[in-house]
Amino acid sequence: MTNADVRDDAIVLSRLSKAFGKVQAVRSIDLTISKGEIVALLGPNGAGKTTTIDMILGLSRPDTGTVTLFGTSPRDAVQAGEVGGMLQTGSPPQYLNVRELITLVASLYPHPLDVDEVLKLTGTMEIAKRSTVKLSGGQTQRVRFAVALVADPDLLVLDEPTAAIDVEGRRDFWNIMREVAAEGKTVIFATHYLEEADSYADRIVLMARGRIVADGPPTEVKAKVGGRVIRATLENVDVAELSQITGVTAADRRGEGITLKCADGDACDNVLRELLSRYPGARDFEVRGVGLEEAFLELTADDEDGDDHAQELQ
Amino acid sequence: MKHLTYLKFEVLRTLRNRRFLIFSLIFPLVLFFSIAGANKNAVVLGIKFPLYYMAAMASWGAMTAMLSIGARIAAERQIGWTRQMKITPLSTKVYFSAKVLCGYMMAIFTIICLGIAGSTLGVSLSATQWLKMVLLLLVGLIPFAVIGILLGHLMKVDSLGPALGGVTSLFALLGGSFGPIFTSGIMLKIVKDIPSYWLVQSSRYVLTPSGWPPAQMWIVIAIWTLAMTRVAMRVYQRDTSRVS
Repeated sequence: MTNADVRDDAIVLSRLSKAFGKVQAVRSIDLTISKGEIVALLGPNGAGKTTTIDMILGLSRPDTGTVTLFGTSPRDAVQAGEVGGMLQTGSPPQYLNVRELITLVASLYPHPLDVDEVLKLTGTMEIAKRSTVKLSGGQTQRVRFAVALVADPDLLVLDEPTAAIDVEGRRDFWNIMREVAAEGKTVIFATHYLEEADSYADRIVLMARGRIVADGPPTEVKAKVGGRVIRATLENVDVAELSQITGVTAADRRGEGITLKCADGDACDNVLRELLSRYPGARDFEVRGVGLEEAFLELTADDEDGDDHAQELQ
Repeated sequence: MKHLTYLKFEVLRTLRNRRFLIFSLIFPLVLFFSIAGANKNAVVLGIKFPLYYMAAMASWGAMTAMLSIGARIAAERQIGWTRQMKITPLSTKVYFSAKVLCGYMMAIFTIICLGIAGSTLGVSLSATQWLKMVLLLLVGLIPFAVIGILLGHLMKVDSLGPALGGVTSLFALLGGSFGPIFTSGIMLKIVKDIPSYWLVQSSRYVLTPSGWPPAQMWIVIAIWTLAMTRVAMRVYQRDTSRVS
């Protein structure tokens, strides 16, 4: 690796593994994230996202492998104030108001942002004088984001930052995040919402069972896991006819009930339109996502044995 | 002094916690006035009762103040704030130092208030004697700062309240805060190995002109501090490497 590479990489994970007792949470993952990238770490619960993030932040020590942030250890990067983090748990402490809390955190960093600027940016100016224990879920989340942001870090690490907030709050949150990231910060966030990863990341790293099972631009990854299933009632139809509709990847019929699979939301819309125009008698529509969990099971089902074997060999 | 802002907010948070003020300040003051007030002219172990009881109540309140370091640490661990602080440049040393300083601040506050209360009941000491007593108390409190940190990492917030109450009461009782319970024999020998005994006894040594407590006090305090530090460090390491 040349020096130029080292300087351009924000995060380098190399053969990273971590077990808790008999549970192998992270299994020898390799990942390089360049400066300025916005990366989603996508996966169902138990995929190893939080364990990976804890190791990136230096909160937990890998069993094997290394974490390098901006060419140094997580500890040194944290010490230098290059890292801002929003952990899954981490409520603001009692007996402070929002402004005091942000001022306190700012004082710990070598080059913090102006407190007023952070309050404005995160939409917490109106609640600056409110006690940290009297905030709603969405407000707490924004305050926690302000805590991560006030360091003016080069790297922002967010562990399921929208877990506790409603849909609208979620959109607000991501809009703010986009604005912040536009300044060239590197952002890595964990989520189990495909839509979130798709809308707000440049790159999706898909994790399942402690491994990276896909890594690429959202469109690519979405194609793998963004499947939709359409169910409807329709009498006397030939399955072969149904599977000819553009966008249908699989079709099935049981009695009067039909099931159509399609690759993603757009394909699904087309299929629905086509289905209605061809068969006006179709009714009782039900559309659902395949779900990350199902998709992951499909993605990881075949290689399970092979990988275990590979681990034994190491 | 780059951590001045951090310290300032820690102090502010400590002062805003009213519950703590009740236990470490109001309780000892009320007990002092009601009991020492009723026994103004009594003499215990050769010391005038108000003086003895002033030191006893100051010890009790100050111990509560020091042990409540644990309550603050446990609360911050529970909500995940400790982990959040670990991903800032704030060092563990500064984190704990600030907690201990806040404990001492409240302890000194308690000691001063008890001192004022004492003088209203006729306790009269010279400036040197006051200073000496405060110094003895401050040194005697060192093990309790460590025990506070230990409890803060050992227990959850729910169980910490009763545990702090129990531990403080036990130390206070054995040390003689509520009146000397053992004055001779094997039990006296045993309580002399407990740091709170020496806190309460600080009143005795300010009266003798030669002035300083026996070597045993310094040894007991040093051993308790070292032993508790070892246990606290082990518990701290277990706690930080735990699955979370």
